Amino acid sequence: MSDQATISSQETALQVRNLSFYYGDFKGLSNINMDIARNKVTAFIGPSGCGKSTLLRTFNRMYDLYPGQRAEGEILFNGKNLLDKKQDVNLVRAKIGMVFQKPTPFPMTIYENIAFGVRLYERLSKSAMDDRVEWALKKAALWEEVKDKLQQNGLSLSGGQQQRLCIARAVAVKPDVVLLDEPTSALDPISTAKIEELIYELKNEYTIAIVTHNMQQAARISDYTAFMYLGELIEMGDTDQLFLKPKIKQTEDYITGRFG
Amino acid sequence: MSEPSASSGIDLHAQQVARFRLQDRFFHHTTQLFALVVLATLVGILVSLAIEAWPSLEEFGPAFLWTNVWSVPDDQYGALAAIYGTVVTSVLALLIAVPISFGIALFLTETCPLWLRRPLGTAIELLAGIPSIVYGIWGLFVFAPLFAEHIQPLLQYLLGDVPIIGSWFSGPPIGIGILTASLVLSMMVIPFIASVMRDVFETVPDVLKESAYGIGCTTWEVLRNIVLPYTRVGVIGGIMLGLGRALGETMAVTFVIGNANRIIPSLFAPGTSIASTLANEFGEADPGLHIASLFALGLVLFVITFIVLAISRWLISRSMGSEGL
Repeated sequence: MSDQATISSQETALQVRNLSFYYGDFKGLSNINMDIARNKVTAFIGPSGCGKSTLLRTFNRMYDLYPGQRAEGEILFNGKNLLDKKQDVNLVRAKIGMVFQKPTPFPMTIYENIAFGVRLYERLSKSAMDDRVEWALKKAALWEEVKDKLQQNGLSLSGGQQQRLCIARAVAVKPDVVLLDEPTSALDPISTAKIEELIYELKNEYTIAIVTHNMQQAARISDYTAFMYLGELIEMGDTDQLFLKPKIKQTEDYITGRFG
Repeated sequence: MSEPSASSGIDLHAQQVARFRLQDRFFHHTTQLFALVVLATLVGILVSLAIEAWPSLEEFGPAFLWTNVWSVPDDQYGALAAIYGTVVTSVLALLIAVPISFGIALFLTETCPLWLRRPLGTAIELLAGIPSIVYGIWGLFVFAPLFAEHIQPLLQYLLGDVPIIGSWFSGPPIGIGILTASLVLSMMVIPFIASVMRDVFETVPDVLKESAYGIGCTTWEVLRNIVLPYTRVGVIGGIMLGLGRALGETMAVTFVIGNANRIIPSLFAPGTSIASTLANEFGEADPGLHIASLFALGLVLFVITFIVLAISRWLISRSMGSEGL
């Protein structure tokens, strides 16, 4: 393993090594090195276009869907390089779940929205599936609100509920890592608060990486924060430290609002 | 600013608004008129068809629909053979065309390499632009002989002894007939159905597909469970568009269906369709019952098309209802 590892591999969920990313000829990320700590929340901040979402999307190889996008370097997950061509992407994505900026319930019932993903990789009896759906919805703090309307379409929920449904869906397949790409940017403050609470709860069992535009949010919920700018990782560290005593001038300028 | 100029300013403003309102009204009424013209045309066609068909309807009554006779010398007419041919060829054409179109649309939107996407899409649209008479000529002079020589004997060899469906492939392999017409029709409707399907598949938001990929779905699972349910309405619409075209297709079918006004329970046998009967006989039909019966056939086709549309509307509204919205 790389000698740059700063946290022992026991505590690291993902190790990013010399990662560069290209959109065709445009270099979206250059030479990123970082460790994502296990069972912690790692936040990615930075101005629009700095590459934080791009970085998140390399963790589950979402870029694979688009011809012309490619990554170089290594991302180690359980000792294996995720970027390896031979790596089964569907398996990666089952282990590394993702929640998007906008809620994206599938065009099916609330129950099916959750059961669908579980069914892809597990064969459960009806009652076991019922339990799993309930478990996932409880994890996402949505159970009380939807338990009487599981057969309704997922689209009939409010935006905040839809987003929690998406989190429940991601959690239901029991991934190791959950990637959140600005999960609250389309939500009202109350829904946002609920989801932040949820993230705090979830980190006991999952490794969480979250991209956010909201620095207060990063400060509130994350254990580690990475500041990115123009496709480079400028500074990464303990969240309190990064916000209170940033080591690098650019980071300080950004978090104090001088640019960005 | 002085008082008078201010009030004249308001007047000017009011005048302006009044003018806009007039323009709006004018626009509203003009567009309404255009829309009504469509409705009037529809009703006009229906009424004139009914009037011209009246002698035949009076003579044969509703039995016209299920009488299997079409005899000009005896002046006896029944629509069953033509209805049978129309429905069987259209349904067979769809059975062949829908899966293929589905495959084409999926390939174009999901798995096709970028450089191939445009040329292939354009080729399919060009296919839709070929005049139907060209399909007819090709079907009669190129496809039918090949079909008779190579494919029909093979089908007979493979399926001829199978119970029930075996008889569908009985009879001499002459190349033209119901099955040939269905195949040519399917080729004609594939571009329509495929391009509608492609267009509706492209309306699925990337982020929705990404969400499904994000929990570990394969491409097929995403298509089956996300893309298809999301676009169900459009897909049904596309299929119905194809069916509508197949039902009414005239020239190509007339060339290859064989034009025999009877029902033979083999797909290799020649048959007829409503549209091809009209095309064949209108030119030399005698005034009287013959012409009236042809008009009655036209009316039947009109009604069939209307029923197809109604069913598709019903399917669409039902599938939207079942989503629990």
